[in-house]
Amino acid sequence: MAEATGTAGTAGTAAATAGPAETRPAREFTDPEAPRAHGRVLEGLRGYGLIVAMWIRSTMTYRTSFVLSTVGNAAITLLDFVAISIMFSHVDVLGGFTLPEIALLYGSCSASLGLADLLLGNTDRIGARIRDGSLDTMLVRPVPLLAQVAADRFALRRLGRVVQGLGVLGWALWSLEVDWTAGKVLLVPVMVLSGAAIFAAVMVAGAAFQFVAGDAAEVQNSFTYGGCTMLQYPPTVFATELLRGVTFIVPLAFVNWLPALYLLGRPDPLGLPGWAAFLSPLVAFVVFVPASLAWRAGVRSYRSTGS
Amino acid sequence: MVDDDALISLDGVEKVFDVRRRVSLMRREKRQVRAVDGISFAVARGEMVGYIGPNGAGKSTTIKMLTGILNPSGGRLRVAGIDPARERVRLAHRIGVVFGQRTTLWWDLPLKDSYGLMRRMYRVPRARFEENLERCVDRLDLAELLDVPVRQLSLGQRMRGDIAAALLHDPDVLYLDEPTIGLDVVSKAKVRGFLRQLNEERGTTVLLTTHDLQDIEQLCERVMVIDHGRLMYDGALGGLHAAGSAGESERTLVVDLERELAPISVPGARVVKVEGPRQWLAFPAGQSAAPLVSAVAAEYPLVDLSVREPDIEDVIARMYAGRD
Repeated sequence: MAEATGTAGTAGTAAATAGPAETRPAREFTDPEAPRAHGRVLEGLRGYGLIVAMWIRSTMTYRTSFVLSTVGNAAITLLDFVAISIMFSHVDVLGGFTLPEIALLYGSCSASLGLADLLLGNTDRIGARIRDGSLDTMLVRPVPLLAQVAADRFALRRLGRVVQGLGVLGWALWSLEVDWTAGKVLLVPVMVLSGAAIFAAVMVAGAAFQFVAGDAAEVQNSFTYGGCTMLQYPPTVFATELLRGVTFIVPLAFVNWLPALYLLGRPDPLGLPGWAAFLSPLVAFVVFVPASLAWRAGVRSYRSTGS
Repeated sequence: MVDDDALISLDGVEKVFDVRRRVSLMRREKRQVRAVDGISFAVARGEMVGYIGPNGAGKSTTIKMLTGILNPSGGRLRVAGIDPARERVRLAHRIGVVFGQRTTLWWDLPLKDSYGLMRRMYRVPRARFEENLERCVDRLDLAELLDVPVRQLSLGQRMRGDIAAALLHDPDVLYLDEPTIGLDVVSKAKVRGFLRQLNEERGTTVLLTTHDLQDIEQLCERVMVIDHGRLMYDGALGGLHAAGSAGESERTLVVDLERELAPISVPGARVVKVEGPRQWLAFPAGQSAAPLVSAVAAEYPLVDLSVREPDIEDVIARMYAGRD
């Protein structure tokens, strides 16, 4: 069948060129071959970049508002950490963790979530796009839909959270007396980036779910923002069932708990071996598989609006 | 009947939606709605076709399947040799789409910025882009609007801007969904003139849905009428009029009264609809509305009135009436 279509396509083009040459120019700039898998990813990234640039320019037309909201964003997330610090003025340890140790957890997950949120945080808006039908206009553009949805309303002000998270993380690493090895040094950036990738996968899965469940943005937020709130505290304060759930089902424990425990030389409450800390990139990769399958299924089931 | 030489071909295309309706607090009923129920047609390169029908007839659903937005539930569909739902991104390079109710332009940025994005997104070579843009700007009167943020454009200006945006990558097919909806007379004329020229000079195939009979009269030699998901008529516009002329064409006088009244009685017209203080009176299209207006004003507390020309719905409605 693919063969038949190919021939039909060529016949169509031949018919086109048979017409008056001036009025019907040859179309040398469209790729006649279907893009390959890696080609699709590159196309997606390129499209993503183009759309992000447009949103940044759009935001810059309201410069004052941009500056204020960036500062506000950083301040609000910082207040989170201030709250934790105040708690530590009354207690010295929480679940066996000191303030710098908690700061390590807080900073790393805040940076990871901030990064995921910056790069594709608006995927949760897809529910609104589906309801008002504006997803239709995205579907007729030559850019993979996921790239367009991820870039939708890209907001540079979200950089505030990333900067704040990295700041707290830096302070934690500076105050802690970590027994540095090459592995541990490498683990810090790996932790932040894999954590961001895991959150990103959760966001994609959440967006896919919205094709079925209308407005389910809150479900997604409970895993991302809610998950991050949980990850700010040491795993030792939570029940074992919850720990199992976030290790083996929605593997949020790999965002920062397991790597951080390894950095601190502490044992995992579930008894996972130390090298599990290095599994985060692999876990991130693995969770993208169901997330992208869900996304495809979601797009295929898209029903659009009445008119 | 599959005609792959045609630019657009549909063979027994169906779209079925599952509709879940809550019957009581606990119980839900699942029902299937056949929005498009076995449609077959072919459009040759360079044709300009009107696709019309009442609301909910399946027009938009068909267009959405042709653009790859929706997956057909059954049948075979090809546009420029491409299966739209399967290769949506590749198809996007070959088609232009204008949704009358929705803009693809960047709200806060000057119009020309949106065009720059189109150039990059569709990888249009710069020389070709400049040439296409210049032509659109010239013929759609956009020169003074290029530096204006889209949010400041009027509806008609934005529609012209959207049409230009859909054509910068030289699509083979242009789909227009209600391109003149809400536009003033001048804008409508401008849009129609441009589309006619586009079709004549560049051979772009155009498929448009509309509620405006004049769009069809001035643009399309071929009309397809769809209702309840089925193709009811496919042919020249003249034939549609003939099919619909079983009853004489009628105009409608819409009167707003001071208060709700029983259907009023005026010689030479009959009340076809009552909604609160507003009543619709049908009268033969060839007859003047003036005596009717004075008759109503003399006998009833009249607040406001307007006259509606026969539209596509009427023509189609009479087409069915003539058939029964």
